[in-house]
Amino acid sequence: MSKNKQQLAKALAATGYVADEGLATALILTDMLSRPLLLEGEAGVGKTEVAKALAKLEETNLIRLQCYEGLDRSDAIYEWNYQRQLLAIKAREGSGENADKVEEAVFSEKYLLERPLLAAIRQENPPVLLIDEVDRADEEFEAFLLEILSDYQVSIPELGTVEATSIPRVVLTSNGTRELSDALRRRCLYHYVDYPSPDREARILLARVEGLDAALALQIAELMGKLRKEDLAKVPGVAETIDWAAALLGLGAKNLHESRELVFDSLVCVLKTREDQSRVSREVADRLLGKVA
Amino acid sequence: MSALILETREDVGAALRMRLAGFVHSLRNSGFKVGLAETRDALTLMRSQLSARPGLLKGAFRSLFCGRLSDWQRFDELFDAYWLEKGLKTGVKVSGTSQKKGMKTIRELVDAQGSRQETIAGDVERQPGEEDEDSNESPSGRREGASIAENLGQVDFRNIHDPDAIEKAHDLAERLARSMRVRLTRRDRQKRKGPRLDLRKTIRHSISHGGTPIELIRKGPRQRQLRLVVLLDASGSMNNYTGVFTRFVHGILDNFREAEAFLFHTRLVHVSSALSERDAGRALDRMGLMAQGVGGGTKIGEALADFNRSHAARVIHSRTCVMILSDGYDTGTPDQLGAEMATLRRRCKRIVWLNPLIGWEGYAPTAGGMQAALPHVDLFAPAHNLDSLAALEPYLAKL
Repeated sequence: MSKNKQQLAKALAATGYVADEGLATALILTDMLSRPLLLEGEAGVGKTEVAKALAKLEETNLIRLQCYEGLDRSDAIYEWNYQRQLLAIKAREGSGENADKVEEAVFSEKYLLERPLLAAIRQENPPVLLIDEVDRADEEFEAFLLEILSDYQVSIPELGTVEATSIPRVVLTSNGTRELSDALRRRCLYHYVDYPSPDREARILLARVEGLDAALALQIAELMGKLRKEDLAKVPGVAETIDWAAALLGLGAKNLHESRELVFDSLVCVLKTREDQSRVSREVADRLLGKVA
Repeated sequence: MSALILETREDVGAALRMRLAGFVHSLRNSGFKVGLAETRDALTLMRSQLSARPGLLKGAFRSLFCGRLSDWQRFDELFDAYWLEKGLKTGVKVSGTSQKKGMKTIRELVDAQGSRQETIAGDVERQPGEEDEDSNESPSGRREGASIAENLGQVDFRNIHDPDAIEKAHDLAERLARSMRVRLTRRDRQKRKGPRLDLRKTIRHSISHGGTPIELIRKGPRQRQLRLVVLLDASGSMNNYTGVFTRFVHGILDNFREAEAFLFHTRLVHVSSALSERDAGRALDRMGLMAQGVGGGTKIGEALADFNRSHAARVIHSRTCVMILSDGYDTGTPDQLGAEMATLRRRCKRIVWLNPLIGWEGYAPTAGGMQAALPHVDLFAPAHNLDSLAALEPYLAKL
């Protein structure tokens, strides 16, 4: 089916993700050009959520690979099931089979453990493959990731080349803890996810927090926008806003101006370091709140 | 959204193809990494319904052509300038070879040290016959016994005045950087005899013995080289040393697998991409273009604040050593410098401060800035000559 930008944005919103300008276009392009999408942005702006929403929208599997330093082929692509292999070898010991036969049997499909990247290209329906925080993995990983993303095939020395049965929709996210290689960047479509505007953030809150009133959502979103402009060590993301809204709602706040005490007390949902907590004193919180309509 | 139908509008005409090629070319000139595959995909996009409105096409092209935040931020401007012919105010050319008059570049600073002619250290063909004569001319050169390398090792950088000798100093710096790497990677190999079994390899090898694992293959935690982040002071007071340090930094970037370089005077400039150029002369040229205002005042505190705010999260990880090359003369407030050093301290593993002034007789770090910074520094060492740089090697290898 063919979708334009607005339709896709609307469909995403139905799954609970309020897309920003341009993201819908980027998602359409991933399909059109079969390229992976690289999402960059600060922590907590909802990069991972994009993939989740996309999987929900397409009603397909989400296969997630969380990257970390030292991630290697055996964790990301495939691994042999050694225990079973050893057992099989032992079991055949007396049977007098020659070594070649044993080898063939032991390195067969049966003893192969799929890891996310291999699993993603062997699905019936094209899944959404989320490669989360790819900047945490090292360059070596990036190199074999590139190989998979360009050919959608995996070569296993003992077994041969495994071709993709379906080409997954790939979403990569990066926080920028390490500079990614130009080759990977060039291969991918790029979208920078910024902190949402107050209006969009309010809509996100309404989609995510049940029973929240639109006026309060807008107030929270505006206050959050002001708070992010303060010189904070750890700028709060959208996830924090959602937590905070849920907390305020749970504590029974109706209007932020009327419940200043609550606002200040519940800032623990948003400020996550000691410096930030001491920086946003009661006076600062009041000043920020004063600017909110 | 499976298989979006590419509704082919009219095929793209030759004139439009040329325009697209021109656009891609202008993007490349602006430092975008755009390959042939991207151009082909762009053509696909132009054929699709997306080209109905320029706004749609702009968004699509932005996703396609951008690779990083800096691309993302200036793409709109470039797109408008090219397709909608709106004037482009700021110069965006990065890799230009032209150079504004009156701008003091690193290259000039290097040249300024060589009083004879404008030959650039890296480009000079060394002539064996001249070698001895040159090094003997250097003020504290010893004529008897000692080798040339040692001779140069003793000379304060300020006193090296001919291009040939500068080249030698540079070579030594480069060799030094290289030997640091060798030391570290060798350590890496020895640690491979790890405590755990590598089952994959063991089983692979056991097959030829009928499944009995005779050869046990082991693995252990991999050792990685430390990342070196260099902050080079390029202010006026450092003029005498900047050239040599720059070459030293160039050597480091060339030889360390993970290294980043920043240069600061009144502001901070990220120069890694410029210095990753292999040819030293060109690297210095490119860096000169990036770092305008070299040789002015110093605001170490502000430069560090900028570093902590915009770069630290990306370039610093747990195995990072930050090396500051500066004389510590700061026009900012010591308080700010102290606070920023403390922030930096929390992020990285080691801070090394190399101060060329320690080489001077009777120097004590009494400057306010230096006083504020010292408590946060792991190693405060002289770097007035090559020997002092070489003395750092064991320390860095230990990290």
